[in-house]
Amino acid sequence: MFEIIPERNQLVVKKLTDCFGESIERSEVLADMLCLTVKSAVIQEVIFFLHNDKELQFNFLTTLCGMHYPDREQLGVVYHLHSFENNHRIRIKTEVPLSDPKLSTITTIWPSANWQERETFEFYGIIFEGHPNLQRILNVDDMEGFPMRKDFPLEDQTRDDKDDSFFGR
Amino acid sequence: MAKELNTDYWDKDLVKAEEPREYNTLNVGPTHPATHGVFQNVMLMDGEFIVSTEQTIGYIHRAFEKIAERRPFYQITPLTDRLNYCSAPLNNMGWHMTVEKLLGIEIPKRVDYLRIIIMELSRIADHVICNSVIGVDSGALTGFTYIFQDREFIYEIYEEICGSRLTTNMGRIGGFERNFSPKVWDKIRYFLKTFPAKLQELENLLVRNRIFMDRTINVGAFSAERALAYGFTGPNLRACGVDYDIRVMNPYCSYDEFDFIVPVGQSGDTYDRFMVRQEEMKQSISIIRQALDKLDKMEDKETYFAKDPRFVLPPKEKVYNNMEALIWHFKIVMGETDIPAGEVYHCIEAANGELGFYLVSDGGRTPSRLHFRRPCFIYYQAYPEMVKGNMLSDAILTMSSMNVIAGELDA
Amino acid sequence: MSEKQYPKMAPTVAETPEGVSGQGFFATSMEKAVGLARKNSLWPLPFATSCCGIEFMATMGAHYDLARFGSERLSFSPRQSDLLMVMGTVAKKMGPVLREIYIQMAEPKWVIAVGACASSGGIFDTYSVLQGIDRIIPVDVYVPGCPPRPEQIIDGIIKIQELVGNESLRRRNSKEYEDLMKQYNME
Repeated sequence: MFEIIPERNQLVVKKLTDCFGESIERSEVLADMLCLTVKSAVIQEVIFFLHNDKELQFNFLTTLCGMHYPDREQLGVVYHLHSFENNHRIRIKTEVPLSDPKLSTITTIWPSANWQERETFEFYGIIFEGHPNLQRILNVDDMEGFPMRKDFPLEDQTRDDKDDSFFGR
Repeated sequence: MAKELNTDYWDKDLVKAEEPREYNTLNVGPTHPATHGVFQNVMLMDGEFIVSTEQTIGYIHRAFEKIAERRPFYQITPLTDRLNYCSAPLNNMGWHMTVEKLLGIEIPKRVDYLRIIIMELSRIADHVICNSVIGVDSGALTGFTYIFQDREFIYEIYEEICGSRLTTNMGRIGGFERNFSPKVWDKIRYFLKTFPAKLQELENLLVRNRIFMDRTINVGAFSAERALAYGFTGPNLRACGVDYDIRVMNPYCSYDEFDFIVPVGQSGDTYDRFMVRQEEMKQSISIIRQALDKLDKMEDKETYFAKDPRFVLPPKEKVYNNMEALIWHFKIVMGETDIPAGEVYHCIEAANGELGFYLVSDGGRTPSRLHFRRPCFIYYQAYPEMVKGNMLSDAILTMSSMNVIAGELDA
Repeated sequence: MSEKQYPKMAPTVAETPEGVSGQGFFATSMEKAVGLARKNSLWPLPFATSCCGIEFMATMGAHYDLARFGSERLSFSPRQSDLLMVMGTVAKKMGPVLREIYIQMAEPKWVIAVGACASSGGIFDTYSVLQGIDRIIPVDVYVPGCPPRPEQIIDGIIKIQELVGNESLRRRNSKEYEDLMKQYNME
């Protein structure tokens, strides 16, 4: 378990709401980590703020990944940030509509976001505006569809030796 | 007294007139024998120097994250094996701990210590490969051949515990599948007795070796600042001089009860990475010794799983002879047990750095999303910057010292 | 140094094929002599992509020592190798590369698929993984396991040796072989 530091969490929430107001939609502590939901329009500014603030010092991007919410017709991106100085971890979530999945890149803040954003683009089709080289990274270039979306089939479609009736499908 | 150089009489035109450079393109990979994995680097070369590198990855993309969305929790353990297959038990334990965090299971101390022994053993197994391969790439095959024989011994310990060598699928959510047999303890003690000398031998072969030093010192150096920007973790970051170790920073699995040093390098070059890994192995041996000591002092010699029936498989004899146990076994394996909805992020200090699991559960039998933070995938991006301006032969060494594992890279 | 006594091992001698022997001569068919030579000097090309590659490293290492079977010389160039050992998952992105390597190898050539992934896709029945390398290149021996133990890999090599030793010299020119190649769109 990561140590939960209520004062730190409150400080982050306070600073962000002071600065961004309505754009910080929700803040909650899930398990052992503060989780903020942020409007997609300001995501780059929020992360830039967290990175540059003298007190918060979120200097490390732990990971970045996409999400798909089929019932809401939304795509999401989840960022995990880590401040080495304060040993404090937070999670930031944002959502974009499935019809127009566009988001600002954070490669300008951390070059490590480069491939992670490419991966997210490949898996979910989220377009990171301002990314230096937004292409497919893991699959063949001429692949169609976004494999991690819930409606994309997992199995290889070329196999004919599997009888679906045995698997209850 | 420094005197300023007077360049007034120099032939300026001659200095300026540089021939138009001719670059050539070299394709390294995806099956190049020196890359130890399937990655492609298309290098623009100026003679023997690298001008720029373009990476292509994904040659063994196996869609782990997609599979994980269709599998019950137990069936995800074999997937984690295949992430960093040089140290599979580490990944298993990390995954189990993530699920335990979601379920809120209290883990007994004894299980923690058993896990620590296994995790440190697999850390050694991983670092041994990396370090001996650095030797191979700089022309010293001897160390590799010899140390592999001792590495086999770690496999024998795994085998004694879980029955398989490489992709172990070891442990259960909440502990282990069975108690360690006396033979396991004998083997671990024998390993601790014989291995340090062999490790020292490998070190003696290379550390003060003139060729090795010339090939590795100041090769592929990287500053701490850039390393952090590129998301380095683990030995590669520590070699740059940042003492970030999750075992110390966010202790999990009772690591806070152990005394060990976090070795730190200075310049972040290949030599430092080698030395950091070498020292880490020694620290791992010390941690295993401490864990053995703690286990000896414990009165309890039987506990090997948490007192939580939700995820602990009933013993095999009962499964075969008792109807309820069979049903329970089936329910757990097929993922019919109740799992709370929620989301957790858990990370462990894997052999290559921070191995994180971001698990989102909606209460169903499978995770609704599972994201692996694969350290290799994140830090391998820095490779073009690390090798820029270096010679091709140095680039090969830099890659092997970064310990990029294709399975982890491509997921 | 400890004075440990190692058991003396007999030098490995290849089995003599059937033939007629007399004083100072031994006669056998050309096919058998060539088979004997080929099978005991296989040059493998390790096409190691993932986990099975680590087990192959163990197989090549001192503990299991593949060199006992005349295959210690790894050839990383496809042009000079006889045996393509595909170890590990082959993704669809990797497929064309593998095919190219197979085409580059000189005849006679054999292929061994080590591990479940190379044989059938294994547990990775996903959109990105090739469901067995026999979809793009012909395979002679499959070694099951995920990953197979070094003993199993060695067993696969011995199976290949049997195939190599008993192969007819005319097989590569036969109609069946041509048809097989046509099946894979190779001429």
